[in-house]
Amino acid sequence: MSPEDILPKKIFEDAKQEIPEKTSASTIKKIMEALVDEYEKALVEPGESVGLVAAESIGEPSTQMTLNTFHLAGVAEMNVTMGLPRIIEILDGRKTISTPMMEIYLKKATDEKKIRSLARQIKEMTLKELIKDITINVMDTRVEIRLNKASLKEIGVDEEKIHKNISKSVKTYEAKLDGDLITLKPKTKDVDLNTLYLLREKLKGLYVAGVKGIKQVLPVRRDDEYVIITAGSNLKDIFALEFVDTTRTICNDPFEISGVLGVEAARQSIVEEIFKVIEAQGLNIDIRHVMLISDTMCTTGEIRGITRFGVVSEKPSVLARVAFETPIKHIISASLIGENDELNSVIENVMLNQPVPIGTGLPKLGMKNK
Amino acid sequence: MKKELSHIPQNHILVPKHEKLTDKDKKSILDKYNITFEQLPRILKTDAAITHLDVKASDVIKITRTNKTAYETIFYRRVIE
Repeated sequence: MSPEDILPKKIFEDAKQEIPEKTSASTIKKIMEALVDEYEKALVEPGESVGLVAAESIGEPSTQMTLNTFHLAGVAEMNVTMGLPRIIEILDGRKTISTPMMEIYLKKATDEKKIRSLARQIKEMTLKELIKDITINVMDTRVEIRLNKASLKEIGVDEEKIHKNISKSVKTYEAKLDGDLITLKPKTKDVDLNTLYLLREKLKGLYVAGVKGIKQVLPVRRDDEYVIITAGSNLKDIFALEFVDTTRTICNDPFEISGVLGVEAARQSIVEEIFKVIEAQGLNIDIRHVMLISDTMCTTGEIRGITRFGVVSEKPSVLARVAFETPIKHIISASLIGENDELNSVIENVMLNQPVPIGTGLPKLGMKNK
Repeated sequence: MKKELSHIPQNHILVPKHEKLTDKDKKSILDKYNITFEQLPRILKTDAAITHLDVKASDVIKITRTNKTAYETIFYRRVIE
């Protein structure tokens, strides 16, 4: 095999650049041979317990992490979970994360004014934000909503759409539009005041415009273009918007990414999100450890957290599962169905006081059956 | 019926290149790493990144990842239902 096939692309290309042009072919060959030699020495030995090394390498520095969430300088008014809580959240594979965020890139570069209006369009709007007031007319037992025309114009929604939205969501009431006034009259008689109060509160939170789930928007200048940073995320619906650059827009929720872009993208996202925290804390952890963990979480084609419901639940060995969490449960269910333990892994052999199958404990004597 | 997607996942920066392997390549991969087909990592048939490949279960997908440490790494996944 030529050195190009053995060496990773990065090392090969770096080396090629470092070698001066006038070097003879035989010298290059020698250099490459030495390089392959060094590279093969640097490879992980068969039987090395890489998972354990990864766990220690991440576990030790993370004890020094700041436990609090804090406000990031530069990202004004946005509170992001960082530090250990964030790492735990990602590694547990939580379906809903505590502070979902998106970075929305645009197809075309725009000016500041345009981006503000685009940002406003994206933001989830509830009725509460678009009205002057909402009152209960006690005499005629009806709810009256007075719309705010100025703010309607700002986000480009007309009264009719709101009227339609309202009549769709409250079917037992008759909604009438008159100028900027929407009145809701109950279809049935004998509606007491209490239900009207409840209706009013319900209407206040009614979704009318924008993208669902986007709670806050913030246009930010990054290099020579504008980016919209949002609190709350909804990749699928944002991708459906016409002005969004669907090749770069990302969110910080690996689960959402796995649904919209596939596991491989989610795996990459897990690596990047964890590494972002590590970097922000000023720690020095090799990215390969993070990549190994991310690979483990994504091997089944879906994200599984490092919890007793995720990765650990699929370990073939009963004793390994017992060693993790809720031992009694595992022992009982294993004895009920008569599970077998092949003792192939580390922890069960530690329990039984036997050499563990890692490193020099790995090779075994086999016999050919003839 | 398949729903038309408004975006193409393969074009996204987070999505590496996915390719379907031929049966011959499939065998040579298993021989090269000395593994059985079941030992390969999995990918769902419905995964967003392989919708364009028209795959069936028991196919193997070759994934060419780009990363900081090696520029390019090749990974294989088998398709499951």
